[in-house]
Amino acid sequence: MRWLEYIVFLALVVGLAWPVGIYLACVFQRRPTMLDPALRPIESLLHRLFRTQGQEMTAGVYTLCFLLFSAVSTAGLFVLLLIQRWLPGGPADRYLTTPMTLDLAINTAISFSTTTTWQAYGGENTLRYLTQVVGLVSQNFLAGAAGLAIGIAFIRGFSRERAATIGNFWVDLVRALLWVLLPVALAGSLVLVWQGVPLNLAAYTEARTLEGGLQTIAQGPVAALEFIKNLGTNGGGFFNANGAHPYENPTPLVNFLAMLAIAVLPASLTITFGRMIGRPRAGSILLAVMVVLFAGGLVLCDYAEAANPPQLADLHVAGGNMEGKEVRFGIGDSVLAAVVTSNGATGSYNSMHDSYQPVGVLVPLVNMLLGEVIFGGLGTGLYSMIMIALVAVFLGGLMIGRTPEYLGKKITAAETRLTILYALLTPAVVLVLTGLAIATNAGRAGLVTNTGTHGFTEILFAYASSMANNGQNMAGLNASSVFYNLTTAVAMLAGRFGLAALALALAGRFAAQRRWPTTSGTLPGDSALFGALVLGTILLVGALSFLPALALGPIAEALQH
Amino acid sequence: MTLRDHLRTAFVSVILLTLLTGCIFPLVLFAFGRWLYPTQAAGSLVTGKGVVIGSRLIGQDFIRPEYFHSRPSAAGNGYDGTSSGGTNFGLSNRKLIEGVRQSAEAYRKSNGLPPDAIVPIDAATRSGSGLDPHISPTNAELQIARVARTRGLDEGAVRRLVASHTEGPQLGFLGSPRVSVLELNLALDQAFPLIRR
Repeated sequence: MRWLEYIVFLALVVGLAWPVGIYLACVFQRRPTMLDPALRPIESLLHRLFRTQGQEMTAGVYTLCFLLFSAVSTAGLFVLLLIQRWLPGGPADRYLTTPMTLDLAINTAISFSTTTTWQAYGGENTLRYLTQVVGLVSQNFLAGAAGLAIGIAFIRGFSRERAATIGNFWVDLVRALLWVLLPVALAGSLVLVWQGVPLNLAAYTEARTLEGGLQTIAQGPVAALEFIKNLGTNGGGFFNANGAHPYENPTPLVNFLAMLAIAVLPASLTITFGRMIGRPRAGSILLAVMVVLFAGGLVLCDYAEAANPPQLADLHVAGGNMEGKEVRFGIGDSVLAAVVTSNGATGSYNSMHDSYQPVGVLVPLVNMLLGEVIFGGLGTGLYSMIMIALVAVFLGGLMIGRTPEYLGKKITAAETRLTILYALLTPAVVLVLTGLAIATNAGRAGLVTNTGTHGFTEILFAYASSMANNGQNMAGLNASSVFYNLTTAVAMLAGRFGLAALALALAGRFAAQRRWPTTSGTLPGDSALFGALVLGTILLVGALSFLPALALGPIAEALQH
Repeated sequence: MTLRDHLRTAFVSVILLTLLTGCIFPLVLFAFGRWLYPTQAAGSLVTGKGVVIGSRLIGQDFIRPEYFHSRPSAAGNGYDGTSSGGTNFGLSNRKLIEGVRQSAEAYRKSNGLPPDAIVPIDAATRSGSGLDPHISPTNAELQIARVARTRGLDEGAVRRLVASHTEGPQLGFLGSPRVSVLELNLALDQAFPLIRR
């Protein structure tokens, strides 16, 4: 049965990618859509208030506006977090047992403004309802929309020639919100309420259980956060257990819709890309590469988790590895969520990855380390994929002895430098920070639950997740310390702004180029052969960067059994 | 446009868009959600004799032999609705293996199973949320004899009740088959009321 679900899921993602991708192209090329009569007046009102006229921006100015917007968002959320104790409304003070320290506020503010939504706290014990809604729900929208905007700007670098500019950040941002995220989130959130996700501001419920015991049940405006956290590829949960909590994820249908919300928009951006550059097949090839990598990870993770754990072989238990998993999801929905959330830069796992088999956890870990190229974050996933495709183009160019070019754009020395810097940034940040953590007492102090190779994996996973702006964790690592709050924040900033700045700089250079004609010596960017080359490059670069680290973590642990 | 202009736009946009997405959006959602689905919005609470018994969606602890038992839980001291979470033990962790061993032994003992009987994995492991409201149909099946015996009932009657509370995959292909423990126990009390001493 779970195989049917996997197949239906992939078929829906691929099937929806075409209409959605075409719609996104219409929205960002400012062509007419059905929503225009309702949204155009709001759009022009907002731009009047912003005092923006929608002038085109160079890549530098576009990046600057993105940075300023994110900086103001972070600062605003930071202040809100520091004063949230004094906000009115629930939950009652006695439940807010985690103090909002300065480092936790910095970490959380950066985490939500970068779509990482890494959480070094448990929602039900830390935050007021008002903070969750006004602070976090809004950042789930805003940071997600900003990601989509920079993804679209990146595409314009390929679709334009001899152009000095790549669009207007504020126009793209507002369009991403009004035409895409807000309407879909409103409809999706209502389905979630129907399925049982709470939407209230009530005090925590005091229940007298059937056996006469007392049970206090945390409540809240959960449904306001739940859909946009996936649609915007953020993923931070309302409660500590995130997508495993029955209030956040009450039914398999809610889970399935959440997985679609994560994957469909990033997948369809490949189609938007093909369409906006006038080479539809180039987009389809990138999507095909994503689907192959996705399916590979899914099969491997399913194989690891569905087997009876060999560690428990002499205990006479049977039914796969259900530690940290929910019965309503079983192995199938848990594995699907692990693979989709790790690919989609979204932290909303529905089972505890710390209790996965070593091979089972290897899959989400590698998905994140590859740089979120498989669907990936909203907007950011597309440029992650194309940046690695450019490395493939460079390798292909070396093989055939021509100046490498991709879809009519030449990759000269300057473009190659940006591409290689991009490819090196993730391993540099992740490995240096992981090394720092295992070399210091402050870092090793986080290993309160598991030790040895498994503990090493927890630390590597934390920085991979932060750098990938994913936000999921192996929650056995106690990351609520000054050391982890600050170091993961560094990784989140590098993963969001370091990578985006490089990608947008490259887009600016491509926009300025003319489009070179295709000749017999060109490696065509829309052939199956090119797809295979990209696939091989992703695996090769990933293995070269991370195989030693993986050998110390999940691979070593797997070999112990 | 100068840097100051861009910074001004950044401030104004963050404030206005926060109002739009962090205030207006939730208000619209509240208006529709609470009007269309008031029960779910309030947390799917179950009441009996005017008292809240719990939530249909949140698991609770059962230890008495006349009830079906939930899975072991790592939320607080067990099924703490304000402290969701799993053990986060790795499979190589002795604490996990010991926990599974003890849970499986306790399960065999309370259900009168032989020492080498296979225990369904969900009965011996702790869920991710610690609030899992469900158990697997196999797990429920193995508890039928105990529940029927303590209540002085025919096993067939209890088995029929379990069957009617077993949910298959949603829409025919989503998720795993499951039995809601609280709902089953509520139905059990209703169909075969206990004479409380």
